[in-house]
Amino acid sequence: MSNMVEIRWHGRGGQGAKTASLLLADAAFSIGKYVQGFPEYGPERMGAPITAFNRISDERSSLHSNIYEPDYVVVVDPTLLSAVSVTSGLKKDGAVIINSNKDPEEFRPLLEGFEGKVYTIDAGVIAEQEIGRNIPNTPMLGAVVKISGVIPEDKFLEDMEQSLKDTFASKPHVIEGNMKAIKRSLQEVKGL
Amino acid sequence: MGIRERLSGNEAVATALRQINPDVIAAYPITPSTEVVHYFSQYVADGKVDTEFVAVESEHSAMSACIGAAAAGVRTATVTSACGLALMWELLYVASGTRLPLTLLVINRALSGPININNDHSDSMGARDSGWIQIYSENNQEAYDNYIMSLRIGEHKNVRLPVMVCQDGFITSHAVENIELLEDDKVKQFVGTYDPEWSMLSGKPTSVGPYDTPMFYFEHQYQRARAMVDAKNVILDVFKEYGALTGREYGLFEEYKMEDAERAIVVLNSSAGTAKYTCDRLREKGEKVGVIKLRVFRPFPLEELAKALSHVKAVAVMDKADSFSGIGGPVFTDVRHACYELEKRPHIINYIYGLGGRDVREEDFQLVYAALDEVIKSGKTGEIYRHVGVRGV
Repeated sequence: MSNMVEIRWHGRGGQGAKTASLLLADAAFSIGKYVQGFPEYGPERMGAPITAFNRISDERSSLHSNIYEPDYVVVVDPTLLSAVSVTSGLKKDGAVIINSNKDPEEFRPLLEGFEGKVYTIDAGVIAEQEIGRNIPNTPMLGAVVKISGVIPEDKFLEDMEQSLKDTFASKPHVIEGNMKAIKRSLQEVKGL
Repeated sequence: MGIRERLSGNEAVATALRQINPDVIAAYPITPSTEVVHYFSQYVADGKVDTEFVAVESEHSAMSACIGAAAAGVRTATVTSACGLALMWELLYVASGTRLPLTLLVINRALSGPININNDHSDSMGARDSGWIQIYSENNQEAYDNYIMSLRIGEHKNVRLPVMVCQDGFITSHAVENIELLEDDKVKQFVGTYDPEWSMLSGKPTSVGPYDTPMFYFEHQYQRARAMVDAKNVILDVFKEYGALTGREYGLFEEYKMEDAERAIVVLNSSAGTAKYTCDRLREKGEKVGVIKLRVFRPFPLEELAKALSHVKAVAVMDKADSFSGIGGPVFTDVRHACYELEKRPHIINYIYGLGGRDVREEDFQLVYAALDEVIKSGKTGEIYRHVGVRGV
């Protein structure tokens, strides 16, 4: 399926990588795509490395395996770079997106010879400043949408606002904070 | 027609439960089916259903409570996985032997030990001889559709057997995918009201489950076995009617690119999707390969399957559970048996795969198709009891 985009998320339990993959599936669904959003379940505990996946395509994909040759890899926690081979199988013309305030090229030595594009986004700080807590998943999601182009930005913002309104009807400040964080992440990705 | 949605497999079957609004659900949560109980409890709390929800203290009690409710004559359902199903074991036989058409959603998970929360089919395959109809689901859509259809099958007067509808734990239960739902009123109309011929609340004095002496027990067992045979036609009728309503008509199994296939893989649940994907890639290279996705495992579609495999040269049957018989898994022995009467029997081999959540990949099916090619070229079936995806073999 040539039009299929495959994304692999690496995070630690509690950081919301699974939630981010489900939000991305939601947003892609809302523009008429066929989606898969699923986590890999292992021994679940706060802080343990976890993986989540997205397939986004124009036709339904019948594949039900994990993703081994992703187009994009998202690293929600940069400390994973020394523990997990995040670029394993990542396509040469694909990209890795890392949650960090550093310049993308500083990570190159940790990426096991990956020659494709590297981006960074300071998602933790954005989340702290706009949402009030270090939950980096929504700003990471913004960066993924920016870089992958799987969803037009305006449609994405519209859909996120609606999803947040549905989920946090009684907490308007959460909606506002998350929306600000997402908008900033669309602007502040480094490596473009 | 239909409502376009994106739901996980667990959300999909919980939605079907909400739309059906059973009279009684007695359930005890266990990973990976817990979410279904969560969602449904919320529907109860929000007044979206008027089901009597019984929070029991174990799966043994869950099935016991369901049997009691079903014997009283009301529509009854529950959900479980793995060890939860194992704890229901004794009562599974009571439910089918007492001819109570309750429904059970099985979110397939490996049976301990060692303990493992991930997917294989050792739970429901172990229950294949318990007198329950078993229907397997490739994805969220099929889990939803199969479940809505299951009530009409089990409750039919020629069947009156309990039904389990299975889907793969985590792989589909926790994966969000596109789905087309029916409107609530259409589901309610399709399943109708349950009006059993015999029940404790019917006004006619009825005993359910008394001691069955040697004078009658055998006849009752014969009737139960006969009902399983007769269920096949009812299943096909219900599938047809549902197809007319939704545009999604299912069979006892799905034949995928089988018309001119020389090599076939027989597989059920989520990996059937991955097998079809692999089949497509090999077809692009001109290889004559196909897939049979088994959907109804009990009753077993023996003649139909034999016919579907009659023109094939070699078949690999995939089992996500081992029978520990030393001769292959449960699907394999039935499929191989089905082909015995064929004038020209294909070579048939078995692969045990994906146990305890071992990811099942396109590469695994490529390997299986390649092995079938070897069998055809050499003309020798070779070892029938094989494994794929396990290290050190």
